[in-house]
Amino acid sequence: MYFRYLGRELRRRARSASVVAIGLALAVGLVITVTAAASGVNAAQGQVLSSLYGVGTDLTVTKAPTAGSGGSFNFNANPSSRAQAGQSFSQDRLSSSPGLTTIPDSDVTSIANLKGVAGAAGALVLNSIHVTGSFGGFFGGGASSSPSATPTPTPTPTPTPTASPSASASPGAFGITTFSVDGIDPSTPGVGLLSGANITSGAAAVEAWYGEAQQGTAADQLLALVSSSYAKQNSLKANSTLTIDGTDFTVVGVVTVTESDGADVYIPLSEAQTLASDSGDVNTIYVTATDSAIIPTVQSEIQKLMPSATVTTASDLASNVSGSLNTASTLANTLGVWLSALVLLAAFVLAVLLTIASVTRRVREFGTLKAIGWRSRRIVGQVMGEAAVQGVIGGALGVGLGVLGAFLVTKLAPPLSATVNATGLGGSSTSFTSGGGGGGFGGGGGFFGDRTPGAFASANPGFARTFASSTHSVPVHLTAPLSLEVFLVAVGLAIVGGIIAGVLGGWRAARLQPAEALRRVE
Amino acid sequence: MYELKKLSRVYPKGKGKVAALSGVDLEIPDGEFITVQGLTGHGKTTLLQMLGALDRPTSGRIIFNGKDLGAMPESQLVDVRAQNFGFIFQNYNLLPTLNAEENVEAALVPLKIPAAERRSRSLAALAEVGLADRATHFPPEMSGGEQQRVAIARALVKEPKVILADEPTGNLDEVTSLEIVGLMERLWRQRGMTLVLVTHDTKVARRAPRTAVITRGKLALRDNRAPKAPVVTKPGPAPGPAQPSGAPQPA
Repeated sequence: MYFRYLGRELRRRARSASVVAIGLALAVGLVITVTAAASGVNAAQGQVLSSLYGVGTDLTVTKAPTAGSGGSFNFNANPSSRAQAGQSFSQDRLSSSPGLTTIPDSDVTSIANLKGVAGAAGALVLNSIHVTGSFGGFFGGGASSSPSATPTPTPTPTPTPTASPSASASPGAFGITTFSVDGIDPSTPGVGLLSGANITSGAAAVEAWYGEAQQGTAADQLLALVSSSYAKQNSLKANSTLTIDGTDFTVVGVVTVTESDGADVYIPLSEAQTLASDSGDVNTIYVTATDSAIIPTVQSEIQKLMPSATVTTASDLASNVSGSLNTASTLANTLGVWLSALVLLAAFVLAVLLTIASVTRRVREFGTLKAIGWRSRRIVGQVMGEAAVQGVIGGALGVGLGVLGAFLVTKLAPPLSATVNATGLGGSSTSFTSGGGGGGFGGGGGFFGDRTPGAFASANPGFARTFASSTHSVPVHLTAPLSLEVFLVAVGLAIVGGIIAGVLGGWRAARLQPAEALRRVE
Repeated sequence: MYELKKLSRVYPKGKGKVAALSGVDLEIPDGEFITVQGLTGHGKTTLLQMLGALDRPTSGRIIFNGKDLGAMPESQLVDVRAQNFGFIFQNYNLLPTLNAEENVEAALVPLKIPAAERRSRSLAALAEVGLADRATHFPPEMSGGEQQRVAIARALVKEPKVILADEPTGNLDEVTSLEIVGLMERLWRQRGMTLVLVTHDTKVARRAPRTAVITRGKLALRDNRAPKAPVVTKPGPAPGPAQPSGAPQPA
């Protein structure tokens, strides 16, 4: 009787029941779509952070150089004698990544011993500048004579690591190639850039590299891993020979890491220290916490241990990401949520009003049922059942709409980009000039300039590389992933909406005095 | 058996009050067929609702089988209604979404009777009112007379002690009215239950041995079997348990 009565009643007022169900369906569909889109945006943000920062590392410890400490480097392109004029030259310059200064590797041990630290790995993040060219005419000038690289106060985009900028001037001409080199401590696999979570491909090569490098023999220290892009650019493969600043390394394999700004070349830390003349020093410490919940505590502890260091977490970086992804995130997390809440509220109100209207129209019916002995709770149960069925139908329709909405978001969403601003980067730029027979190239801050300690650039070597250009954009395709939890919550909301309507409508029905109910309409 | 003692029911009306019933005294023995007659708005329906435990008195007592209905909590009144009273309304009050059999069955739902038994009893009740072939028809598919027969079947199916009919012929033509009243009288005689029938139609009212005439909330009894059918102003002795012996007195 209960279900027959319920079903017939819903069929009788199919129009208003449909309005309630459709209202709930729209709300549920919107909730699912917005939740899926927000989830997609969050995933995209995670992807961006991962690509910019690397996953698997909870904190990064760096030290910014003091102002004016950038120093200069000098490629002496002036011929020392007339005999050298017009002859070719080739020089390497390996230096610490800009925005970073060295940290004694004893600090790595200190950090590793802190409570809550699962592992700490020191790394030396370097940039190699390879200059080839020919000496210009002999003017008798000194090595550091002008023209030379000249610092300017405003940042100017400079070449990305894989670019091969060249500057030539008559009569001297030369080309510049830069690439990044990371010195990795073979004794700490699983922490830092070459940890398992970071490696997209080439895990076997990484394992082999660690295995060999941990042997500690001199030959084992001359093994390198190269990034897939660098390998492609320079036709490198396993067993190829790679020369860095006059030292030959044997390529063990090719690796791709999630960090888009991962190094071009990975070599053992000790060898990197030798090449950079930074014996016993690192410039980045990667730290993994035992539990993500205690990352802020670990951050605080490290900061106490190294007051002058910059300790960065992924959440610190997230606040510096802008661009259309950020806009999408804001839309999903504010407008979307509010819109969903508003539509949900409207659907609830609609359901409640229509249910109450239905109860009001059925006053005589309920009065009759009470007169023949039906208890109020049975009548309330009948009303609630009808409302709950509307909620279930609305929820089911809403799931369909939500899936459609999520599909459309995935298919039609415009490509987004995440932009990391150059906030905190010191202003310097490099101009490449060579002329007048001087051919000098040097001075003011070197290739990346003399930086003001930049919170962001110094926070992470990847960012430091990134900021070779003033901003860095990562294209992101927005998806709207759906999950069972979202479905359950959304359908639950629809049913709750129906039940709220049923409770209020049923409460109104229960309050009816049978005589009053019968009298009111007769 | 009913005993009404100085029963009053006052409703608020605007800033004032209106007395639907004023100091009504009445006794209705088990098995009596009694009609209630009066002008519209004079308190007939209020009296019927009091008898059916659908409303509570403002003052006075209404005792049914020794229990004061006015003092009972709603939870007990529900059971009293479900087990003892069968209602018949002027507008039939059938549930439009349920067919004839289901409408009748609805009266058995509160009694927690198994579904199969509910159905068989409902069909039997419909057969008793001559609607065996209309069990699956819905109210809008039936005439007024047929709908009222369904309502009568719904009232009878649970075999109540009392049938309370509120102007059951009010919406019917004369021929159909006579059929419905005739049917109710036949069932009353067969089953020996108490039948209280409210009507404004004197012809119908006089078919019962006694008529309670209500004028502005005050009740007077008329003995329809007396030669001149005088109206008794005092709640005189009831004519005794009704013995459905023979046809009721003509009006």
